[in-house]
Amino acid sequence: MKPAPFVHVAPGSLAEVVALLAEHAPDARPLAGGQSLVPVMNFRLSRPSVLIDLNRVPELAYIRDDGTHLTVGAMTRQRTLENSDLVRKAAPLLHAATLNIGHLPIRSRGTIGGSLSNADPAAEDPAVVLALDCVMVLHGPSGERRVAAADFFEGVLATATGPDELLVAIEVPKAPANSGSAFVEIARRHGDFALAGVAAQVTLSGDGPVSVQLAACGVGPGPVRLSGAEAEILDHGLSEAAIRAAARIAAAEVDPDTDLHATAAYRRRLTAAMTRRALLQAVENAKAPS
Amino acid sequence: MTDFRPVTLTVNGRPHTGSAESRTLLADFLRDGLGLTGTHVGCEHGVCGACTVMVDGEAVRSCLMFAVQADGAEIGTIEGLAKGGEMHPLQKLFSEHHALQCGFCTPGMLMTAMDLVHSNPDRTPQEFRDGMSAALCRCTGYEGIVNAVIEYAAMVKAEAADG
Repeated sequence: MKPAPFVHVAPGSLAEVVALLAEHAPDARPLAGGQSLVPVMNFRLSRPSVLIDLNRVPELAYIRDDGTHLTVGAMTRQRTLENSDLVRKAAPLLHAATLNIGHLPIRSRGTIGGSLSNADPAAEDPAVVLALDCVMVLHGPSGERRVAAADFFEGVLATATGPDELLVAIEVPKAPANSGSAFVEIARRHGDFALAGVAAQVTLSGDGPVSVQLAACGVGPGPVRLSGAEAEILDHGLSEAAIRAAARIAAAEVDPDTDLHATAAYRRRLTAAMTRRALLQAVENAKAPS
Repeated sequence: MTDFRPVTLTVNGRPHTGSAESRTLLADFLRDGLGLTGTHVGCEHGVCGACTVMVDGEAVRSCLMFAVQADGAEIGTIEGLAKGGEMHPLQKLFSEHHALQCGFCTPGMLMTAMDLVHSNPDRTPQEFRDGMSAALCRCTGYEGIVNAVIEYAAMVKAEAADG
């Protein structure tokens, strides 16, 4: 099908975007990469009256090294993240997750800010920013507002972003020394949304963990922080038995639905398997010479 | 509401100007506005890959982009592959490997493969196989397609090595 008519505006600066949002909210939608919004417009499941196109706002597309963290502009394309040596070295979890997003032609257009703002429960980026305790930077009529990733996601396709606000950047803490990360997921086909996926970052001191960060996607109304599994590893270390226990705990702390693609019970079992795999890979990567 | 406006872009190296509504998809603009019907339209929601074209050197779904967004862009389509009546090497390999039957998916397959190979010819065979899952074929079972793409990547690498 074809989209319903709308007015397309293509501002050249963030200030113009914010003014346009204030003028047209709530009937306007910002258009980032369009890889989720345009399909629902083509099916007329979404009929915004105004599209505020962010693709000609250069100040929203950048990756900046800010010392303790990377600041990633919301319009940074997934393909740019995938090809960035800085991201691969300083935020390897984000890099690994990006390779699992859709297919190459989707990543050519898709953006990190678009994925996070869309907040699809099965999407990879939300799990990453939740696991890494990223800060989401929003801009609105009253200026900048910073929201912790844990407070950003409010359910299926819902975020803390107000109708007159825009996600403009994400602050991604750099991976500490002696850390390793992994993103693993199971999808029916390569490139499909995951039935279940787990993002993991483990920081070691000697052979023991000093920090464990775990979040899952596809198994709840939004990304799920696996706090119980994290605590299990911190308390009992990274023995095979502790990792298995953490995986069991992870399966119990998610809340998957049954749908066309998989039952809730199967998604719980996948969560356990993905948690175990992600932890093992993350530890291996932490021990590998960098 | 009629909001036709001019769109100027370069397709396969040639400048084109047409007019498009805001809601006109790039795929439809290429086909109906410019008469370049080699780009096929399948699912219209970014899943099948039949409409894949190059935008500024990268493969994208032309059903998920509005024509007005492509104003000023360099577009590459299937019509640009053959030169002077001579098929592009990738097209020849698709023929040799029987990588098409009905041919509906082939334009998107070829544009997807061009990007996969030229952005990184060193991908592993498995990576090319995964990468080609970006475009759906309901006829061939993919073996011929994957083999053609892997052979094309080897050809591109060999040419690069020859300098």
